[in-house]
Amino acid sequence: MITLSRLVKTFGNSTVLDGIDLTIEKGEIIVVIGPSGTGKSTLLRCINMLETPDSGEISLNKLRIDFAKASRAEQLALRRNTAFVFQNYALFANRTARDNVAERLIVVDGWPRARAHARAMELLERVGLGDRGNAYPSALSGGQQQRVGIARAMAADAEVILFDEPTSALDPEWVEEVLGVMKQLASQRQTMMVVTHEMQFARDVADRVIFMEGGRIVEQGPPDQLFSDPKDPRTRSFLRKVLGTSA
Amino acid sequence: MSVLDFSYMAQLAPYLLTKLPITLGMASAGMLCALVLASLLAVIRVTRPPVLNQLTLLFISFFRGTPLLVQLFLFYYGLPQIFTSLVKVDGITATILGLTLHFSAYMAESIRAAIAGVDRSQTEAALSIGMTQGQLMRRIVLPQATRIAVPTLMNYFIDMIKSTSLAFTLGVTELMGATQKDASSSFMYFEAFLTVAIIYWVVVELLSRLQKMLEHRLNRAYAR
Repeated sequence: MITLSRLVKTFGNSTVLDGIDLTIEKGEIIVVIGPSGTGKSTLLRCINMLETPDSGEISLNKLRIDFAKASRAEQLALRRNTAFVFQNYALFANRTARDNVAERLIVVDGWPRARAHARAMELLERVGLGDRGNAYPSALSGGQQQRVGIARAMAADAEVILFDEPTSALDPEWVEEVLGVMKQLASQRQTMMVVTHEMQFARDVADRVIFMEGGRIVEQGPPDQLFSDPKDPRTRSFLRKVLGTSA
Repeated sequence: MSVLDFSYMAQLAPYLLTKLPITLGMASAGMLCALVLASLLAVIRVTRPPVLNQLTLLFISFFRGTPLLVQLFLFYYGLPQIFTSLVKVDGITATILGLTLHFSAYMAESIRAAIAGVDRSQTEAALSIGMTQGQLMRRIVLPQATRIAVPTLMNYFIDMIKSTSLAFTLGVTELMGATQKDASSSFMYFEAFLTVAIIYWVVVELLSRLQKMLEHRLNRAYAR
Protein backbone atom coordinates (compact mmCIF):
# COMPACT_ATOMS: atom_id res chain seq x y z
CA MET A 1 0.00 0.00 0.00
CA ILE A 2 1.21 3.47 -0.90
CA THR A 3 -0.05 6.56 0.85
CA LEU A 4 0.47 10.10 -0.32
CA SER A 5 -0.52 12.97 1.88
CA ARG A 6 -0.75 16.74 1.40
CA LEU A 7 1.48 16.63 -1.67
CA VAL A 8 2.27 20.11 -2.98
CA LYS A 9 4.37 20.96 -6.04
CA THR A 10 4.95 24.41 -7.47
CA PHE A 11 6.85 25.55 -10.53
CA GLY A 12 7.77 29.19 -9.96
CA ASN A 13 4.54 30.97 -9.16
CA SER A 14 2.14 28.30 -10.32
CA THR A 15 0.93 25.56 -8.02
CA VAL A 16 0.79 22.40 -10.07
CA LEU A 17 -0.23 20.03 -7.30
CA ASP A 18 -2.32 21.59 -4.59
CA GLY A 19 -2.45 19.17 -1.69
CA ILE A 20 -2.95 15.67 -3.06
CA ASP A 21 -4.05 12.88 -0.70
CA LEU A 22 -4.11 9.43 -2.20
CA THR A 23 -3.93 5.82 -1.15
CA ILE A 24 -3.01 3.11 -3.61
CA GLU A 25 -3.90 -0.42 -2.52
CA LYS A 26 -1.72 -3.37 -3.41
CA GLY A 27 -2.87 -4.80 -6.74
CA GLU A 28 -5.02 -1.80 -7.51
CA ILE A 29 -5.24 -0.37 -11.01
CA ILE A 30 -5.77 3.37 -10.93
CA VAL A 31 -6.35 5.47 -14.02
CA VAL A 32 -5.91 9.23 -13.78
CA ILE A 33 -7.81 11.39 -16.25
CA GLY A 34 -8.32 15.10 -16.67
CA PRO A 35 -7.57 18.05 -18.93
CA SER A 36 -3.96 18.59 -19.93
CA GLY A 37 -1.85 20.77 -17.68
CA THR A 38 -3.69 19.78 -14.51
CA GLY A 39 -0.76 18.04 -12.86
CA LYS A 40 -1.48 14.40 -13.72
CA SER A 41 1.99 13.71 -15.08
CA THR A 42 3.60 15.80 -12.36
CA LEU A 43 1.83 13.65 -9.77
CA LEU A 44 3.36 10.50 -11.27
CA ARG A 45 6.76 12.14 -11.53
CA CYS A 46 6.59 13.18 -7.89
CA ILE A 47 5.89 9.60 -6.79
CA ASN A 48 9.06 8.50 -8.66
CA MET A 49 10.83 11.69 -7.49
CA LEU A 50 11.71 12.74 -10.99
CA GLU A 51 10.27 15.95 -9.59
CA THR A 52 10.87 16.92 -6.00
CA PRO A 53 7.65 18.03 -4.34
CA ASP A 54 7.73 21.16 -2.20
CA SER A 55 6.05 19.38 0.66
CA GLY A 56 4.01 16.36 1.55
CA GLU A 57 4.69 12.80 2.58
CA ILE A 58 4.73 9.39 1.04
CA SER A 59 4.76 6.04 2.74
CA LEU A 60 5.49 2.86 0.91
CA ASN A 61 6.25 -0.36 2.77
CA LYS A 62 8.65 0.64 5.52
CA LEU A 63 9.65 3.81 3.71
CA ARG A 64 8.21 7.00 5.10
CA ILE A 65 9.49 10.08 3.37
CA ASP A 66 8.91 13.72 4.08
CA PHE A 67 9.46 15.27 0.65
CA ALA A 68 10.56 18.62 2.07
CA LYS A 69 13.62 17.01 3.61
CA ALA A 70 14.15 13.82 1.65
CA SER A 71 17.73 12.60 1.77
CA ARG A 72 19.52 11.29 -1.26
CA ALA A 73 19.25 7.75 0.12
CA GLU A 74 15.49 8.11 0.57
CA GLN A 75 15.16 9.47 -2.94
CA LEU A 76 17.01 6.46 -4.36
CA ALA A 77 14.99 4.04 -2.24
CA LEU A 78 11.73 5.57 -3.47
CA ARG A 79 12.84 5.46 -7.09
CA ARG A 80 13.90 1.85 -6.76
CA ASN A 81 10.49 0.90 -5.42
CA THR A 82 8.48 2.72 -8.06
CA ALA A 83 8.86 2.01 -11.78
CA PHE A 84 8.15 4.51 -14.53
CA VAL A 85 6.96 4.11 -18.11
CA PHE A 86 7.58 7.22 -20.17
CA GLN A 87 5.43 8.77 -22.85
CA ASN A 88 8.41 8.92 -25.23
CA TYR A 89 9.63 5.41 -24.15
CA ALA A 90 13.03 6.81 -23.14
CA LEU A 91 14.85 3.56 -23.80
CA PHE A 92 18.62 3.73 -23.34
CA ALA A 93 19.79 4.37 -26.89
CA ASN A 94 23.15 2.70 -26.27
CA ARG A 95 21.64 -0.54 -25.00
CA THR A 96 19.88 -3.40 -26.75
CA ALA A 97 16.30 -4.26 -25.81
CA ARG A 98 17.58 -7.01 -23.51
CA ASP A 99 20.14 -4.75 -21.88
CA ASN A 100 17.58 -1.99 -21.37
CA VAL A 101 15.62 -4.42 -19.24
CA ALA A 102 18.65 -5.96 -17.55
CA GLU A 103 20.40 -2.66 -16.79
CA ARG A 104 18.61 -2.08 -13.52
CA LEU A 105 19.01 -5.65 -12.34
CA ILE A 106 22.76 -5.46 -12.89
CA VAL A 107 23.50 -1.93 -11.76
CA VAL A 108 20.96 -1.30 -9.03
CA ASP A 109 20.15 -4.77 -7.73
CA GLY A 110 23.61 -6.24 -8.28
CA TRP A 111 22.48 -9.38 -10.09
CA PRO A 112 25.08 -11.45 -11.92
CA ARG A 113 25.05 -10.59 -15.61
CA ALA A 114 23.88 -13.99 -16.85
CA ARG A 115 20.97 -14.15 -14.47
CA ALA A 116 19.91 -10.58 -15.29
CA HIS A 117 20.02 -11.35 -19.01
CA ALA A 118 17.93 -14.47 -18.55
CA ARG A 119 15.38 -12.52 -16.52
CA ALA A 120 15.33 -9.75 -19.13
CA MET A 121 14.62 -12.24 -21.90
CA GLU A 122 11.83 -13.74 -19.82
CA LEU A 123 10.23 -10.32 -19.46
CA LEU A 124 10.68 -9.50 -23.15
CA GLU A 125 8.96 -12.81 -23.87
CA ARG A 126 6.04 -11.68 -21.75
CA VAL A 127 5.61 -8.46 -23.73
CA GLY A 128 5.86 -10.42 -26.97
CA LEU A 129 9.40 -9.40 -27.90
CA GLY A 130 11.31 -12.58 -27.13
CA ASP A 131 12.86 -12.44 -30.59
CA ARG A 132 14.06 -8.81 -30.43
CA GLY A 133 16.43 -8.99 -27.49
CA ASN A 134 19.45 -7.98 -29.55
CA ALA A 135 17.77 -5.08 -31.31
CA TYR A 136 18.75 -1.51 -30.45
CA PRO A 137 15.88 0.90 -29.77
CA SER A 138 16.44 2.68 -33.07
CA ALA A 139 15.59 -0.56 -34.89
CA LEU A 140 12.27 -1.01 -33.06
CA SER A 141 8.85 0.46 -33.83
CA GLY A 142 7.24 2.83 -31.35
CA GLY A 143 4.98 0.09 -30.08
CA GLN A 144 7.87 -2.28 -29.64
CA GLN A 145 9.94 0.38 -27.86
CA GLN A 146 7.12 1.05 -25.45
CA ARG A 147 6.71 -2.66 -24.74
CA VAL A 148 10.43 -2.81 -23.93
CA GLY A 149 9.82 0.22 -21.71
CA ILE A 150 7.13 -1.74 -19.88
CA ALA A 151 9.39 -4.78 -19.57
CA ARG A 152 12.08 -2.50 -18.11
CA ALA A 153 9.57 -1.25 -15.56
CA MET A 154 8.51 -4.82 -14.75
CA ALA A 155 12.12 -5.79 -14.06
CA ALA A 156 12.14 -3.50 -11.08
CA ASP A 157 9.59 -5.69 -9.31
CA ALA A 158 8.41 -2.36 -7.91
CA GLU A 159 5.51 -1.66 -5.58
CA VAL A 160 3.81 0.24 -8.38
CA ILE A 161 4.36 0.87 -12.07
CA LEU A 162 3.62 4.45 -13.07
CA PHE A 163 2.51 4.94 -16.68
CA ASP A 164 2.79 8.48 -17.99
CA GLU A 165 0.57 8.64 -21.09
CA PRO A 166 2.16 5.47 -22.45
CA THR A 167 0.29 5.52 -25.75
CA SER A 168 0.15 9.26 -26.50
CA ALA A 169 3.29 9.35 -28.61
CA LEU A 170 2.41 6.21 -30.57
CA ASP A 171 1.12 5.94 -34.10
CA PRO A 172 -2.46 4.65 -33.89
CA GLU A 173 -1.44 1.28 -35.30
CA TRP A 174 0.76 0.53 -32.25
CA VAL A 175 -1.64 1.63 -29.51
CA GLU A 176 -3.49 -1.67 -29.17
CA GLU A 177 -0.41 -3.82 -28.66
CA VAL A 178 0.78 -1.58 -25.84
CA LEU A 179 -2.64 -1.47 -24.19
CA GLY A 180 -2.76 -5.24 -24.58
CA VAL A 181 0.43 -5.66 -22.57
CA MET A 182 -0.92 -3.29 -19.92
CA LYS A 183 -4.17 -5.24 -19.70
CA GLN A 184 -2.24 -8.44 -19.27
CA LEU A 185 -0.26 -6.84 -16.43
CA ALA A 186 -3.47 -5.62 -14.86
CA SER A 187 -4.96 -9.10 -14.99
CA GLN A 188 -1.96 -10.28 -12.94
CA ARG A 189 -2.85 -7.64 -10.34
CA GLN A 190 0.30 -5.62 -10.82
CA THR A 191 -0.27 -2.37 -8.94
CA MET A 192 -0.50 0.32 -11.61
CA MET A 193 -1.20 4.01 -11.83
CA VAL A 194 -1.88 5.15 -15.37
CA VAL A 195 -2.25 8.66 -16.73
CA THR A 196 -3.99 8.31 -20.07
CA HIS A 197 -6.52 9.67 -22.48
CA GLU A 198 -7.63 6.14 -23.42
CA MET A 199 -11.10 6.24 -21.86
CA GLN A 200 -12.01 2.76 -23.05
CA PHE A 201 -8.93 1.39 -21.27
CA ALA A 202 -9.98 3.21 -18.11
CA ARG A 203 -13.46 1.70 -18.36
CA ASP A 204 -12.26 -1.83 -19.04
CA VAL A 205 -9.28 -2.10 -16.73
CA ALA A 206 -9.35 0.43 -13.90
CA ASP A 207 -10.46 -0.39 -10.38
CA ARG A 208 -10.63 3.28 -9.69
CA VAL A 209 -10.66 6.33 -11.92
CA ILE A 210 -9.37 9.64 -10.61
CA PHE A 211 -10.40 12.89 -12.23
CA MET A 212 -7.93 15.73 -11.70
CA GLU A 213 -8.22 19.38 -12.47
CA GLY A 214 -6.26 22.43 -11.29
CA GLY A 215 -3.78 20.36 -9.31
CA ARG A 216 -6.46 18.65 -7.24
CA ILE A 217 -8.33 15.40 -7.21
CA VAL A 218 -11.85 16.53 -8.05
CA GLU A 219 -13.58 13.21 -8.04
CA GLN A 220 -12.74 9.52 -7.91
CA GLY A 221 -14.58 6.23 -8.01
CA PRO A 222 -15.04 2.97 -9.86
CA PRO A 223 -15.19 3.51 -13.63
CA ASP A 224 -18.86 2.50 -13.91
CA GLN A 225 -19.87 5.12 -11.43
CA LEU A 226 -17.49 7.86 -12.58
CA PHE A 227 -18.27 7.51 -16.26
CA SER A 228 -22.02 7.02 -16.00
CA ASP A 229 -22.83 9.16 -12.99
CA PRO A 230 -20.16 11.81 -12.36
CA LYS A 231 -21.02 14.01 -9.38
CA ASP A 232 -18.93 17.08 -10.06
CA PRO A 233 -19.88 19.44 -12.89
CA ARG A 234 -16.21 19.71 -13.91
CA THR A 235 -16.02 15.94 -14.34
CA ARG A 236 -19.23 15.98 -16.33
CA SER A 237 -18.02 18.74 -18.60
CA PHE A 238 -14.66 16.98 -19.19
CA LEU A 239 -16.28 13.64 -19.96
CA ARG A 240 -18.74 15.27 -22.30
CA LYS A 241 -15.82 16.76 -24.22
CA VAL A 242 -13.72 13.61 -24.48
CA LEU A 243 -16.54 11.10 -24.95
CA GLY A 244 -18.65 13.34 -27.12
CA THR A 245 -21.79 12.27 -25.26
CA SER A 246 -24.02 13.91 -22.71
CA ALA A 247 -22.75 11.87 -19.84
CA MET B 1 69.26 24.55 -60.81
CA SER B 2 67.14 21.46 -61.09
CA VAL B 3 63.49 21.53 -60.09
CA LEU B 4 63.62 19.03 -57.28
CA ASP B 5 66.32 16.75 -56.00
CA PHE B 6 64.31 13.55 -55.68
CA SER B 7 67.24 11.43 -54.65
CA TYR B 8 67.81 13.70 -51.66
CA MET B 9 64.14 13.39 -50.74
CA ALA B 10 64.21 9.62 -51.12
CA GLN B 11 67.21 9.48 -48.87
CA LEU B 12 65.80 11.90 -46.29
CA ALA B 13 62.35 10.31 -45.97
CA PRO B 14 63.48 7.02 -44.33
CA TYR B 15 65.55 8.97 -41.84
CA LEU B 16 62.63 11.24 -41.00
CA LEU B 17 60.35 8.25 -40.56
CA THR B 18 62.56 7.06 -37.71
CA LYS B 19 61.48 10.25 -35.89
CA LEU B 20 57.79 9.57 -36.49
CA PRO B 21 57.45 7.53 -33.26
CA ILE B 22 58.54 10.59 -31.26
CA THR B 23 55.94 12.76 -32.98
CA LEU B 24 53.15 10.21 -32.64
CA GLY B 25 54.25 9.33 -29.12
CA MET B 26 54.02 12.92 -27.95
CA ALA B 27 50.66 13.35 -29.66
CA SER B 28 49.25 10.11 -28.25
CA ALA B 29 50.44 10.82 -24.73
CA GLY B 30 49.14 14.37 -25.01
CA MET B 31 45.80 13.12 -26.32
CA LEU B 32 45.33 10.56 -23.56
CA CYS B 33 46.17 13.04 -20.82
CA ALA B 34 44.05 15.73 -22.48
CA LEU B 35 41.08 13.35 -22.72
CA VAL B 36 41.23 12.58 -19.01
CA LEU B 37 41.66 16.23 -18.03
CA ALA B 38 39.04 17.45 -20.50
CA SER B 39 36.47 14.91 -19.25
CA LEU B 40 37.10 16.11 -15.73
CA LEU B 41 36.74 19.76 -16.76
CA ALA B 42 33.60 18.93 -18.75
CA VAL B 43 31.95 17.21 -15.79
CA ILE B 44 32.78 20.26 -13.67
CA ARG B 45 31.24 22.51 -16.32
CA VAL B 46 28.08 20.37 -16.40
CA THR B 47 27.64 19.98 -12.65
CA ARG B 48 28.93 23.49 -11.80
CA PRO B 49 30.31 23.03 -8.31
CA PRO B 50 31.12 26.46 -6.80
CA VAL B 51 34.77 27.62 -6.94
CA LEU B 52 35.86 24.64 -9.08
CA ASN B 53 33.57 25.85 -11.84
CA GLN B 54 35.10 29.35 -11.76
CA LEU B 55 38.62 27.93 -11.70
CA THR B 56 37.77 25.74 -14.66
CA LEU B 57 36.41 28.70 -16.59
CA LEU B 58 39.63 30.61 -15.86
CA PHE B 59 41.75 27.65 -16.97
CA ILE B 60 39.83 27.23 -20.21
CA SER B 61 39.91 30.95 -20.91
CA PHE B 62 43.68 31.15 -20.42
CA PHE B 63 44.64 28.11 -22.45
CA ARG B 64 42.33 28.99 -25.29
CA GLY B 65 43.30 32.62 -25.19
CA THR B 66 47.06 32.25 -25.56
CA PRO B 67 49.14 30.69 -28.36
CA LEU B 68 50.41 27.16 -27.85
CA LEU B 69 53.94 28.31 -28.65
CA VAL B 70 53.79 30.87 -25.84
CA GLN B 71 52.53 28.20 -23.46
CA LEU B 72 55.33 25.82 -24.45
CA PHE B 73 57.96 28.50 -23.85
CA LEU B 74 56.30 29.30 -20.54
CA PHE B 75 56.57 25.69 -19.39
CA TYR B 76 59.99 24.95 -20.80
CA TYR B 77 61.92 28.16 -20.22
CA GLY B 78 59.74 30.05 -17.75
CA LEU B 79 58.62 27.66 -15.05
CA PRO B 80 62.06 26.21 -14.20
CA GLN B 81 63.17 29.72 -13.25
CA ILE B 82 60.47 29.85 -10.60
CA PHE B 83 60.36 26.20 -9.56
CA THR B 84 63.98 25.16 -9.59
CA SER B 85 63.06 21.48 -9.28
CA LEU B 86 61.66 21.67 -12.81
CA VAL B 87 65.04 22.29 -14.38
CA LYS B 88 65.20 18.70 -15.42
CA VAL B 89 61.98 18.82 -17.42
CA ASP B 90 63.00 17.84 -20.93
CA GLY B 91 61.52 19.13 -24.15
CA ILE B 92 59.37 16.08 -24.74
CA THR B 93 57.77 16.25 -21.30
CA ALA B 94 57.21 19.98 -21.63
CA THR B 95 55.59 19.45 -25.03
CA ILE B 96 53.28 16.74 -23.72
CA LEU B 97 52.36 18.99 -20.79
CA GLY B 98 51.69 21.92 -23.09
CA LEU B 99 49.63 19.88 -25.55
CA THR B 100 47.64 18.37 -22.68
CA LEU B 101 46.72 21.67 -21.08
CA HIS B 102 46.15 23.51 -24.35
CA PHE B 103 43.99 20.90 -26.01
CA SER B 104 42.10 19.90 -22.89
CA ALA B 105 40.77 23.44 -22.74
CA TYR B 106 39.29 23.04 -26.22
CA MET B 107 38.20 19.44 -25.75
CA ALA B 108 36.46 20.18 -22.45
CA GLU B 109 34.08 22.43 -24.31
CA SER B 110 33.23 19.86 -26.98
CA ILE B 111 32.81 17.11 -24.38
CA ARG B 112 30.55 19.41 -22.38
CA ALA B 113 28.48 20.11 -25.48
CA ALA B 114 28.31 16.38 -26.23
CA ILE B 115 27.07 15.62 -22.71
CA ALA B 116 24.47 18.37 -23.07
CA GLY B 117 23.54 16.88 -26.43
CA VAL B 118 22.43 13.57 -24.90
CA ASP B 119 18.66 13.61 -24.70
CA ARG B 120 17.30 14.55 -21.28
CA SER B 121 15.00 11.51 -21.39
CA GLN B 122 18.06 9.25 -21.08
CA THR B 123 18.94 10.83 -17.75
CA GLU B 124 15.35 10.64 -16.53
CA ALA B 125 15.03 6.99 -17.46
CA ALA B 126 18.27 6.22 -15.63
CA LEU B 127 17.12 8.14 -12.56
CA SER B 128 13.73 6.46 -12.64
CA ILE B 129 15.24 3.01 -12.22
CA GLY B 130 17.24 4.26 -9.27
CA MET B 131 20.71 4.80 -10.71
CA THR B 132 23.03 7.19 -8.92
CA GLN B 133 24.44 10.24 -10.73
CA GLY B 134 27.76 8.46 -11.15
CA GLN B 135 26.18 5.33 -12.58
CA LEU B 136 24.04 7.19 -15.07
CA MET B 137 26.99 9.29 -16.20
CA ARG B 138 29.27 6.29 -16.64
CA ARG B 139 26.81 3.85 -18.15
CA ILE B 140 24.31 5.93 -20.09
CA VAL B 141 25.30 9.54 -20.69
CA LEU B 142 29.06 9.37 -21.33
CA PRO B 143 28.88 6.45 -23.81
CA GLN B 144 26.29 8.37 -25.81
CA ALA B 145 28.22 11.62 -25.49
CA THR B 146 31.32 9.83 -26.77
CA ARG B 147 29.58 9.10 -30.01
CA ILE B 148 28.69 12.76 -30.41
CA ALA B 149 32.17 13.95 -29.40
CA VAL B 150 34.36 11.52 -31.35
CA PRO B 151 34.44 13.38 -34.69
CA THR B 152 35.50 16.63 -33.01
CA LEU B 153 37.98 14.91 -30.71
CA MET B 154 39.57 13.12 -33.66
CA ASN B 155 39.99 16.49 -35.32
CA TYR B 156 41.75 17.77 -32.21
CA PHE B 157 44.01 14.72 -32.29
CA ILE B 158 44.96 15.49 -35.88
CA ASP B 159 45.56 19.09 -34.91
CA MET B 160 47.68 17.87 -32.01
CA ILE B 161 49.88 15.74 -34.27
CA LYS B 162 50.62 18.77 -36.37
CA SER B 163 51.19 20.91 -33.27
CA THR B 164 53.94 18.56 -32.04
CA SER B 165 56.09 20.22 -34.70
CA LEU B 166 56.44 23.13 -32.29
CA ALA B 167 58.51 20.84 -30.06
CA PHE B 168 61.53 21.55 -32.27
CA THR B 169 61.62 25.01 -30.68
CA LEU B 170 62.26 23.24 -27.36
CA GLY B 171 65.15 21.33 -28.90
CA VAL B 172 63.29 18.08 -29.48
CA THR B 173 64.43 16.20 -32.56
CA GLU B 174 61.06 15.01 -33.73
CA LEU B 175 59.90 15.09 -37.37
CA MET B 176 60.18 18.83 -37.75
CA GLY B 177 63.34 19.19 -35.71
CA ALA B 178 65.09 16.47 -37.69
CA THR B 179 64.05 18.09 -40.95
CA GLN B 180 65.26 21.47 -39.81
CA LYS B 181 68.65 20.08 -38.84
CA ASP B 182 69.11 18.14 -42.04
CA ALA B 183 68.04 21.06 -44.21
CA SER B 184 70.44 23.45 -42.55
CA SER B 185 73.37 21.24 -43.49
CA SER B 186 72.17 20.23 -46.96
CA PHE B 187 70.70 23.64 -47.80
CA MET B 188 67.90 21.86 -49.68
CA TYR B 189 65.18 23.58 -47.74
CA PHE B 190 62.45 23.13 -50.27
CA GLU B 191 63.02 19.38 -50.67
CA ALA B 192 63.37 18.86 -46.93
CA PHE B 193 60.24 20.69 -45.91
CA LEU B 194 58.27 19.24 -48.79
CA THR B 195 59.27 15.78 -47.63
CA VAL B 196 58.19 16.41 -44.07
CA ALA B 197 54.95 18.00 -45.27
CA ILE B 198 54.14 14.87 -47.24
CA ILE B 199 54.84 12.68 -44.22
CA TYR B 200 52.48 14.75 -42.03
CA TRP B 201 49.91 14.71 -44.78
CA VAL B 202 49.96 10.94 -45.23
CA VAL B 203 49.77 10.34 -41.47
CA VAL B 204 46.78 12.67 -41.14
CA GLU B 205 45.11 11.13 -44.17
CA LEU B 206 45.45 7.64 -42.69
CA LEU B 207 44.01 8.89 -39.43
CA SER B 208 41.04 10.41 -41.23
CA ARG B 209 40.29 6.99 -42.69
CA LEU B 210 40.49 5.51 -39.22
CA GLN B 211 38.17 8.24 -37.98
CA LYS B 212 35.54 7.31 -40.58
CA MET B 213 35.71 3.67 -39.57
CA LEU B 214 35.43 4.54 -35.89
CA GLU B 215 32.42 6.78 -36.46
CA HIS B 216 30.74 4.08 -38.48
CA ARG B 217 31.28 1.60 -35.67
CA LEU B 218 29.98 3.96 -32.99
CA ASN B 219 26.88 4.74 -35.01
CA ARG B 220 25.85 1.13 -35.44
CA ALA B 221 23.47 1.13 -32.46
CA TYR B 222 21.76 4.27 -33.69
CA ALA B 223 21.34 3.52 -37.37
CA ARG B 224 17.80 2.99 -38.51
